[in-house]
Amino acid sequence: MNTTDSGTYAGLSDWGIPGTYVFDDTRSRLGYELNKLAYSLTDPTNREAFRKDEEGYMARYKLSEAQKDAIRRRDWLALTKEHGGNIYYIYKLGAATGTGLYHMGAQMRGETYEQFLATRGAKGAR
Amino acid sequence: MARIVAGIGSSHVPNFGPAYDAKKFDEPDWKPLFDGYAPVKRWLREVAKPDVAIFIYNDHGSDFSLDRVPTFAIGVRDAYEQADEGFGTRPLPCVKGDAELSWHLAKELIYDEFDLTICQEMKVDHGLMAPLPLLFPHDPDWSVRVVPIVVNVIQHPLPTARRCFRLGQSIARAVAAYPKDIKVVVIGTGGMSHQLHGERFGHLAEGFDDWWLDCIARDPEILCKLSHKEIMAAAGAESVELIMWLVMRGALTGRVEQKHRNYYAPMTTGMGLISLAVI
Repeated sequence: MNTTDSGTYAGLSDWGIPGTYVFDDTRSRLGYELNKLAYSLTDPTNREAFRKDEEGYMARYKLSEAQKDAIRRRDWLALTKEHGGNIYYIYKLGAATGTGLYHMGAQMRGETYEQFLATRGAKGAR
Repeated sequence: MARIVAGIGSSHVPNFGPAYDAKKFDEPDWKPLFDGYAPVKRWLREVAKPDVAIFIYNDHGSDFSLDRVPTFAIGVRDAYEQADEGFGTRPLPCVKGDAELSWHLAKELIYDEFDLTICQEMKVDHGLMAPLPLLFPHDPDWSVRVVPIVVNVIQHPLPTARRCFRLGQSIARAVAAYPKDIKVVVIGTGGMSHQLHGERFGHLAEGFDDWWLDCIARDPEILCKLSHKEIMAAAGAESVELIMWLVMRGALTGRVEQKHRNYYAPMTTGMGLISLAVI
């Protein structure tokens, strides 16, 4: 997908809130199969199948090559920013791959987990 | 005749679940949360004594998915199992429903021009399960029956804040028309400030949350005027869930009195709690 001069992805909306990729029609259309895969991981049998053979499991869905690559790289920012992933769905991909929400968040912020935790008020509440 | 005796606004942070199940009530970083809920739970049990809780919450891609997204939906079962959100379910009894009241509400609301999707198959996720045991006893079984009403706050376009408030007003009329002599509490869940995606992950807005808690009690009209973008810009994209508190507030008619209020923002979500008694 091409980027525009302002750095937003062509075809995806920009609501004008920095660092924010609102899950609207543009992202839901682009990410439909991606989110569908993630939703399927609510079934423990599917989680097991995904863990055993990630490539084979991804082939069941009509993902773009870029979406598959972002899953392989565990690139949570790209999945939500560029590929139409909704965080509540993508979170299930995190769970299936052993990545908790705060680890995903630290990566999206461009920080290490420890750096991210240092920004929080009471990190025992996690 | 049925009547609404109270409204509760509550966050539904998923981490309430493992912390509650592991009984971390006195751990320093969790205590400010649990200490806020304890008096509300006691007040519900000893004073308000509801028979039914109408829970306004959203599914997080746990049971509903993007193939069909109802703007508003209502469960009409006598029992609700927990949804598996990707890592199994919690050790809690099956949620008790009230199919008769659910169907009554569905009929009244739809004839009042709120066209809810009627669900005879439905599992509930942390949107409902996170606050439920913090508010109601469950040993050996739940002390309250639940009517779950689901709002789409995930995929834009979402219902407007005012539409949510008006849905609450319609719920009030529907409950008042129910012939059984039962007491109902309406619980609006979600928020407060949080953002869980993008470079802005972790955004908190304690000032906004504090203002919202003030307004939900005494001037919800101000909140009805907010656009989704205004809420998201101020308090994070995922904070837009707060519009579900307006369903609760719309369901409270006449004068209300704030009984409890708590706020704690330890990690990535402003965890708010308010109880309003109808007087």
